[in-house]
Amino acid sequence: MNWVAYRKPESIVEALALLDEAAGRGRVMAGGTDLIPQLRQREYGADLLVDITGIEELKHIREDDGWIQIGAAVTHAEVAKNSLIRKEARALAEGCAQVGSPQIRNMATLVGNVISAQPAADGAIPLTALEAEIKVASKAGERWVSMEETYREVGVSSVDASRELATMVRFKKLGGKGQTRFFRMCRRKALALPILNGAVVILLDSSLKRIQEARIALGPVAEKPFRPRDAEAYLQSKEISPEIILEAARIASVQANPRTSLLRGSDAYRKEMIRLYLARTIQDLLGGR
Amino acid sequence: MADLKKLRLKLNGTWREVETRPDRILLDLLREDLGLTGTKKGCERGECGACTVIMNGQAVLACLIPALKADGAEILTVEGMAPKDRLHPLQQAFWEEGAVQCGYCTPGMLLSAKALLDENPEPGVEEVKKAISGNLCRCTGYTKIIAAILAASDKMHKESRMRPVEEIEKEVPE
Repeated sequence: MNWVAYRKPESIVEALALLDEAAGRGRVMAGGTDLIPQLRQREYGADLLVDITGIEELKHIREDDGWIQIGAAVTHAEVAKNSLIRKEARALAEGCAQVGSPQIRNMATLVGNVISAQPAADGAIPLTALEAEIKVASKAGERWVSMEETYREVGVSSVDASRELATMVRFKKLGGKGQTRFFRMCRRKALALPILNGAVVILLDSSLKRIQEARIALGPVAEKPFRPRDAEAYLQSKEISPEIILEAARIASVQANPRTSLLRGSDAYRKEMIRLYLARTIQDLLGGR
Repeated sequence: MADLKKLRLKLNGTWREVETRPDRILLDLLREDLGLTGTKKGCERGECGACTVIMNGQAVLACLIPALKADGAEILTVEGMAPKDRLHPLQQAFWEEGAVQCGYCTPGMLLSAKALLDENPEPGVEEVKKAISGNLCRCTGYTKIIAAILAASDKMHKESRMRPVEEIEKEVPE
C-alpha cells in the first residue's frame, strides 16, 4: 500500500500535531472509502495516515443556538437515521441514505463526502442547498468555509488534508416554515453514481402563500454543486401556483449545463430530466399548495 | 520496510494480539496472516461486498480498512457466525433455499444479512433488498438469497417466541 504509518489520535490538537510533524506528507483519513482506493491506485502517496474517527469531539450531531452541527467523524448512516436531521433537514437525511451501499454508509463520513469534492456527492448536494459551512482547523487557527468555497476543482478540495482538518459542518436550522427535499436519478437503486441529483430548500413567508427563500442545488452539471439562481429568484417573485413551479423548473434546466456522457446520457436528455425531477420535487415539497 | 505494530482485536469472540505492518489492509490480515479465508477478496475498491465483515456491530468492507484501525475493535467473520460443526440459522436457510451457487458472495451476504437481523429481526422484503444492496451476486439473481434471509428471520423469531415460559420468566426481574 502507498502509505507508511498510521495513527489514530484522540483529539483535534493531537491530529494537527501529527500533520505538522509529517510536514505535508501526512493525510487526514475519515471513513477511508475514497482515500484507500486512491492510495491503492497510487494516485498519490502519504507517509502518515491520520485517522480522525477516534476523536470523541468529532462524533456529535447537535443543535446549538439555531445552528445544526455535524462532526467530521459522523457517518452517512448516522446522519440518515438521526431524528434531528430527519426533522429539520430531511433532504440531508435522504441524500445520506443513498450514498454508496450500507457498508459504505457505515464507514464514510458526511464531511469526508464534501472534502472528496465530487460535484454530485449525495451528502454535499443537500448541504449546498442548506448553505452549510465547514469548520477547518489548522496550526494557524480556525476558519469557516462555505460549501461553494470548499470545491476547488472536480475531486480537489480547497481544504488541504495534508495540513488542515475539517472538524464539522453546520447549517442554520430552518424551523417550521422551512421544508427540504432531495432527488436522485440513477441506473440502479444502489451503488450507482447519480445521473442527476438535487436538493431543494424552501422557506415560506408568514402568509404561507409566497416563498420567502428558495435554494436549489443540482449535480453533476458543473464542477461543483450548481445553484440555478434565476430559478430560485423566480420562485420568490410570485405567489405559489402550479405554473410557477413548472416555470422555475424550466428556468433551472436552461441554466444548468450538463455535459453529454456515456455513463450519464446526453446533455439534452439530462436537461429535460432536471426539469421533470425538479418540478416533481418542488410539487411534493409544497404538497399541492 | 515499515516497523511492525501490535494490535489487539476481538476476533470471532476471542481477543487476539497480532503484529502487522501499518500499511496492511484488514482483509489481508484476516486472510493471509490469520488464515481466515472465509472473507473473500473481490473488487478491492468497495463495490462488490465480498469482503464484508461485522465490525463493532456494523457491516463494513475489510478491503478499505487499514488493519491498525481494528485495534480494540470487535470483528465477526463468517467463521465466527456459528459454533464449530453447526450452522447459524442464516447459513442453514441459505443451504435449504438454494441461495448459494458459486458461493463467492455468500460470506459477505451472510454478514450483511446478520447485521440486518441483529438490528431488525423481522425485516420486510424491501428492507432485506436494501441491506444486501452492497453485495453483488452474479449467479443467483438474488431471489433465493432474499427468500433465505426472510426464512431465517421467520425461524429465528419463532424459536425466540417458542422458548419455554419458565426460561423467559427467569430473565424478568421480580
